[in-house]
Amino acid sequence: MDFCFARSRIHLALAVLAALALCALHPASAADKPDPVADAKAFRNYFVNKFPNVKLEDFVNGPYALNEDMRRQWEQKEQFPPYEFSLEMGKELFAKPFKNGRHYADCFPNQGIGIRQDFPYFDTREGRVVTLELALNRCREANGEPPLSYVDDEMAALTAYMAFTSRGKPFAIKVPDDPRALEAYQNGKRYFYARRGQLNFSCATCHVQNPGERMRAEVLAPALGILNAMPIYRSEWGGMGTISRRLTTCNSQIRGVPLDPQDEEYRDLEYYLSYVSNGLSISGPGARP
Amino acid sequence: MTTSHNGLPPTRRLILKGAGSVALAGLGIVSFRPLAASAANDTYPEDAFRQREANEAIKLLYGRTAEPSDKVKLDAPEIAENGAVVPISVATTLTDVTSVSFLVPENPNVLAAYYKIPPGSMPNVANRLKMARTSNVIVIVEAGGKLYSATKEVKVTVGGCGG
Amino acid sequence: MASSIRVRAIANGEITEVQTLIQHPMDSGFIKDDKGAFIPAHFIQELTFEYDGRKVFIADWGTAVSKDPYVKFSFKGGNKGGDLKVSWIDNKGETDATIVKIQ
Repeated sequence: MDFCFARSRIHLALAVLAALALCALHPASAADKPDPVADAKAFRNYFVNKFPNVKLEDFVNGPYALNEDMRRQWEQKEQFPPYEFSLEMGKELFAKPFKNGRHYADCFPNQGIGIRQDFPYFDTREGRVVTLELALNRCREANGEPPLSYVDDEMAALTAYMAFTSRGKPFAIKVPDDPRALEAYQNGKRYFYARRGQLNFSCATCHVQNPGERMRAEVLAPALGILNAMPIYRSEWGGMGTISRRLTTCNSQIRGVPLDPQDEEYRDLEYYLSYVSNGLSISGPGARP
Repeated sequence: MTTSHNGLPPTRRLILKGAGSVALAGLGIVSFRPLAASAANDTYPEDAFRQREANEAIKLLYGRTAEPSDKVKLDAPEIAENGAVVPISVATTLTDVTSVSFLVPENPNVLAAYYKIPPGSMPNVANRLKMARTSNVIVIVEAGGKLYSATKEVKVTVGGCGG
Repeated sequence: MASSIRVRAIANGEITEVQTLIQHPMDSGFIKDDKGAFIPAHFIQELTFEYDGRKVFIADWGTAVSKDPYVKFSFKGGNKGGDLKVSWIDNKGETDATIVKIQ
């Protein structure tokens, strides 16, 4: 524990100040320091206990894990899924060389195949969370190409293809024991639980407190595994949409002001939410209502 | 036989339709929409696809009425997850099936699809339809010259025709 | 992959099951764009499947068939390796066709 004590009254103030400074530099107590491992365990246990009849691996299927009538519709559509064309486009886009002759494959480990489950990661060199969408645009910019919109079809198709190559692989997000990484993780967690917007909802309001329930016409997905199916082809959109698109539209739907796609808060949120779903398989791209 | 169509449907009809829409718009009927012209061959039941009443569509398509039959199994959800894409299918043990059709009475155009089943093809069909709002879905199976139907109500919360 | 038509045709004994997914907007004509104007109807009207010179299934579609339309049916007499021809025509007179081998 701390050793914050003064020796004499004369130096008391100084000592206290020094001690406080020292205390601040000490690793925080167990109650203060983020503990992703404990968080993930508690997060998972909450959902497993709330839905004892749902298999753990099924949480990645969102509302379909919780509603039988919806599940049947989904299974029927999955026989020949609506996102086939987006997936094909993604594969073509991924293979297409940049003007300088290089490829997306050159920017990623294993040529970009089967690596989606490692995103987001904390870039210790830069001190920030790097998501798959961000990494793709960085790859483009590093090769002289203009960045893609984070909310349009091309980015959705690319991430759909990359997710598809990782189907079945468990989320393997790392939060290194680096205060900056822990801060980003904690920031994401804070965002998740903070209320916002006219409706004063947090992400947790819908996805932790009310999964399986209806909010207007939608059946809410559980937060556990919610990013595993991304990007998603939504019937509502008539097309494939990225994580960025979903986060910004979620914000709008609770009548809050959306942040810019790939804003630091969104990236930290994605970091947190992916981490607590570690061990659950990538199921993307997913089809949703 | 299918005649090839790189041309447009008869211009005369198009112009008449256009005139009709202008006239009706003048009367303040804002919801008039141009009717879809057919570029398919003459066996495409264009008029039936325009009907807004199920009975009219059935009359035009078949010239007779259907009786409910428990040999026709209609598979449709209780609540459509999204009215834009509702998976609906039919299975039947009836024999000599020559056609299958699906109707959605609450849709602007009631007839959704009409499938011709030549000899040697099975009468079971699955498709994905749009539903504007909560509605019955009717499937009609034409077998041995008679019509058999099944009906199921599908609730729609998010409509497939723009809200 | 220039064709809009994707087909999975699988022979299982006597019966060949065919699923098809087609890339097509299937605009009903009832939906408005951002500016409030109706997006004109643009939808496949007739979809034809042929095997061994005969039509094995014909779909007549209206505006209520979903975007990127799908249909599943089965027929007898198809063989593995046989050619299944799939073709469509829409209300604008646009067409597409493809031939796939039954698996």
